[in-house]
Amino acid sequence: MQKNEPKVAFWMLLPAILLISVIAFFPLFKTFYDSFFSFSLNPRFPREFVGFGNYIKLFNDSRFWASLKTTLIFTVVSVALETVLGLMIALVVHQEFKFRGAVRAAMLIPWAIPTAISSQMWRWMFNDQFGIMSRLYEYLHIIEPGTPILGRPGLALWAIIQVDVWKTTPFMALLILAGLQLIPEQLYEAAKIDGANMIQRFFKITLPQLIPTIAIALIFRTLDALRVFDVVYVMTRGSVGTETLSVYNRVLLMDRAFTSASFGYGSALSVIIFVLISIFAIVYIKSLKLKFD
Amino acid sequence: MQTKKIIYRTILYILVAIILVWCIFPFYWAIVSSLKPDKDLFEIHPTLFPKRITFENYIKVFTERPFHINIWNSIVVAGITTITSLIIGSLAAYAIARLRFKGKVIVMSLILAVSMFPQVSILGSLFVLLRSMKLINTYPGLILPYVSITLPLTTWILQNFFRELPKEVEESAAIDGCSKFRTLWNIVLPMAAPGLVATGLLTFISAWNEFLFALTFMQRPEKYTVPVAIALFKGASQYEIPWGQIMAAAVIVTAPLVILVLIFQKRIIAGLSAGSVKG
Repeated sequence: MQKNEPKVAFWMLLPAILLISVIAFFPLFKTFYDSFFSFSLNPRFPREFVGFGNYIKLFNDSRFWASLKTTLIFTVVSVALETVLGLMIALVVHQEFKFRGAVRAAMLIPWAIPTAISSQMWRWMFNDQFGIMSRLYEYLHIIEPGTPILGRPGLALWAIIQVDVWKTTPFMALLILAGLQLIPEQLYEAAKIDGANMIQRFFKITLPQLIPTIAIALIFRTLDALRVFDVVYVMTRGSVGTETLSVYNRVLLMDRAFTSASFGYGSALSVIIFVLISIFAIVYIKSLKLKFD
Repeated sequence: MQTKKIIYRTILYILVAIILVWCIFPFYWAIVSSLKPDKDLFEIHPTLFPKRITFENYIKVFTERPFHINIWNSIVVAGITTITSLIIGSLAAYAIARLRFKGKVIVMSLILAVSMFPQVSILGSLFVLLRSMKLINTYPGLILPYVSITLPLTTWILQNFFRELPKEVEESAAIDGCSKFRTLWNIVLPMAAPGLVATGLLTFISAWNEFLFALTFMQRPEKYTVPVAIALFKGASQYEIPWGQIMAAAVIVTAPLVILVLIFQKRIIAGLSAGSVKG
């Protein structure tokens, strides 16, 4: 029976391995390979080996640097806001109050609505003429009356960040809440006996105990933010300085697939995005400390 | 002490109210906007409650455009993705949770690595691959990529669930000469039913919500899934965006999702924290 196990395991794992090999790993290697060629999906353009040509071209492409900068700003600002706000919200909903279960359930709503759809909801709220958020910001004197929020460089990116924060913060809070509930009550009782006040208890017990949870949620979110596509595509199509790496990459790969020889060039950008995210992913896997048996 | 407690309760409830409004308002606003007639909708100072209610937008969504077809596309794609992902995922998860073999960490790492892949970095090559298999604008052309991107999370969560099941029943089944496949099907899966439901729900939601692949691999409007259809809603002219209809469509497809989430919230949270917090 014992000897049988590896063989059974092989057959059980085969469909999964086969599928991800064909649908994920093969295209990934193909992308690497293609990034050394100049070609198009349109056979009118000849396929030529260009070595590192595409990468060199990419490093001289100001649109690439601009989208990298936008992606990094988006990632740092949104993840930082989501973590801090998420922690605060988690502490609030950890308290006891009426309808606590219902409130926690409601916090899943922003996460459950498809990003493409909630982005349309927000696009309507940011509408320059009839949007309720535009009215609110005018009322609070954050913007001049009549400012098209999604049409202004600078403002548009902030609006996109706001949508991402809206969508992800409650979810982050629920993850942190799960961590909060694991902290043993005795720690707090012991601290109370020692005369520690609320703020001391937060910094000496709550925060250190939460570090593992927050760290993993943080890396998780960073990976997501670096590849952001939906919200940007729906809100602005990447105009007015909101183009992120993924949005630019799709322009190169799909919008120009048949009209120019930019498929190899787009593949080179895909590789860059992959490498960038892999660095974070490796940190993530390391922090998970995969252990079996 | 008493006043201190009252202040604490007041602040707490104010904070909870703010959190609640923040989470729910965009959804509420979509409902309100979808019910307003165009005259009230395109009003410089919108009212928080609709003055008049009309279901015009809800009717137009189905009569002026093929939104029911988009809904059907999404149900088929997300439904088949979920079932396939659960079957393949539970097989892999059982092997990882219960069987002894070499290279387990490598296999699990490979599967998990896929969940880290930025979708866009396989987008181009996957498009070429699907095109050569004549799968662009077909259901399998979207289901195959979806199964492979949901598989890592499915496998990871299920193997966590399987590990928590009591081993004794499986061991006595093995003594009775029950094969591993039969054990999985007849004993483990029924015991893991709550876990399967939670995992299935998460898979369904992520397939239902996916945008980038759907936008790229389904290029005909009658093949669009719901998120793509709503994101690309067009009006009568280029400059006119049918906001009332967009909001109606958004409400139609998110309301069931919201209800599902409210019903299954405990299991979803358990599943998610198993997937991302537990090490």
